[in-house]
Amino acid sequence: MADLNHYLILSGLLFTIGTAGVLLRRNVITVLLSIEVMLNAVNLTFIAFGRFLGSSDGQIIVFFVITVAAAEAAVGLALVIALFRHVETLNPDAFRQLRG
Amino acid sequence: MAFNLILFYLFAAIAVGTTLLVVVQSNPVHSVLLLIGSFIGLAGLYVLLEAPFVAVIQIIVYAGAIMVLFLFVVMLLNAPREAIVRSSMLESGATRAVGALLALAFAAELAWALTRSRTLAMSHAGDTPAFSVPQIGQRIFQEYAFAFEATSILILVAMVGAITLAGRHLSKNDQGHNG
Amino acid sequence: MLNPVVIAQLAILLFVFVMLLSSAAGMVYMERKVAARIQQRMGPTLVGPYGLLQPLADIIKLAMKEDVRPKAADPILFALAPIISAACAFTAFAVVPFGAETTFFGLLDQPVPLQVADVNVAILWVFAVTSMGVYGIVLAGWSSNSKYSLLGALRSSAQMISYELSYGMALAAVLVLSGTMSIRGIVEAQSGGLLDVSHWFLWLQPVGFFIFMTAGVAETNRAPFDFPEAEQELVAGYHTEYSSMSFAMFFLAEYINMVTVSAIATSLYLGGWNGPFLPEWLGWIWFLAKVGFLLFFYVWMRWTLPRYRYDQLMAFGWKFLLPLSVVNLLVTAAGVLYFGL
Repeated sequence: MADLNHYLILSGLLFTIGTAGVLLRRNVITVLLSIEVMLNAVNLTFIAFGRFLGSSDGQIIVFFVITVAAAEAAVGLALVIALFRHVETLNPDAFRQLRG
Repeated sequence: MAFNLILFYLFAAIAVGTTLLVVVQSNPVHSVLLLIGSFIGLAGLYVLLEAPFVAVIQIIVYAGAIMVLFLFVVMLLNAPREAIVRSSMLESGATRAVGALLALAFAAELAWALTRSRTLAMSHAGDTPAFSVPQIGQRIFQEYAFAFEATSILILVAMVGAITLAGRHLSKNDQGHNG
Repeated sequence: MLNPVVIAQLAILLFVFVMLLSSAAGMVYMERKVAARIQQRMGPTLVGPYGLLQPLADIIKLAMKEDVRPKAADPILFALAPIISAACAFTAFAVVPFGAETTFFGLLDQPVPLQVADVNVAILWVFAVTSMGVYGIVLAGWSSNSKYSLLGALRSSAQMISYELSYGMALAAVLVLSGTMSIRGIVEAQSGGLLDVSHWFLWLQPVGFFIFMTAGVAETNRAPFDFPEAEQELVAGYHTEYSSMSFAMFFLAEYINMVTVSAIATSLYLGGWNGPFLPEWLGWIWFLAKVGFLLFFYVWMRWTLPRYRYDQLMAFGWKFLLPLSVVNLLVTAAGVLYFGL
């Protein structure tokens, strides 16, 4: 029987991979995908705790997290499209106009 | 070894493997598809955790709708391949090595912190009842009703925002740019 | 050796797989014959009696063709796309029950449901797997690296996603009536009544049935909604660059999606295996008859109705069908509250 610790270590690992993706990748789409990975790792933590503490709160909160992630992905991608119309690149380093 | 444990390792391997490849891949289309594979692995884990409703919702919403959105954007933008490949990873190997080391350190720290929790004593709760969908629905509409309504407004705002940002404003001047 | 119940379940799995494959072959024959008769000609008559071996000849021809792959195509995705389409089509059928629980005349000591898997979120499972089927089409169009394929794939997948919403709302209305998400539970909620017919959800939800069938036809890219793969418009849409067995997989996936949509519509609205005059253990005959009728209806629509133009198709899905399905859900919910069904 898989322990709670197994699930927590797994979600910690996934969260790390997501964070590494956000910080290290130079492609806006991949950065957004890594954010989704981080959100999924958190979802896994919620469901694991919900199961092992005997409460359905975990599943309900995950339901809302998925919805918020959907809204955020939609707006993020709309921003990417709007930016792409000005500078034809997906490299976030290309947008430096507001730098001090 | 219990069948449950074997399934856990299988789905965990799928999830971790595909997620690693998502972050490493240079082609964004491949990244999106690998992330879908990761979602399927996670859905399997949710089923093991006796949450089949959330597993199916994850496939429908995340893998079936959000990832299609990502895929459409990647395909329609079709950024030149060289730009993607050239600027995908930081150039020097030393940077990558340091980054990987820091990531490992972070992962180890997270694992240590999460497993120190007091729920160790409760982690063998094998007789928790599985929650049926009607029970979850009741709680969402009773206790979490405010969150539900707020989320629906959030989705409306996101819809309007996405269309405003990405839509072509025919009355404005910047229709001539990329069209 | 093995538990006989497990053997029976494996046998049912194998049986369903073989039946799906042969139903696809049967659909090829029925389509050509019915199309021919509607157009007042004969259809296949040369191969076998009444042309019954025509699908076999078609399959042999397809299998022996050369498998062409465009040089600039992404090799992994190009090979993966038909697999995803076909796999999702088969998987969606896994939760469809086609008969009551049976012990095979007392051979087994506990009854086994005539279904591959009895999941209690079965309706959502079908919805989820159908959503995944969109990827087969999108990847086929993208990986072929050709203008026609990409355009056809994007249009086709946009259409499928748009009609999924009405599909889901119609499903939700049935869920309100039945109170359970397991398809077996929904069919059992429709049993009894006058001649085993009067409790069908069709009588309580005629608008819902119309919405479901329309959205189902649009989902499977058939009949009046097949603009993205119309021969005159976009060469062949997303499967332009595919040949021989890969093309056969797309074809197979389309027909099995049709069978799945018909099977789900039968279970949700037409009472599944309930029917008059036959004992319960022969219910699967009624199931086959109803699914067969819906498949005939599919073919009939294709060869009778003209095709919707793409913008008309999208306007219909978003501006007519979606509001109608929401109103349907509201009225159903109000009715259940008021009449206490």
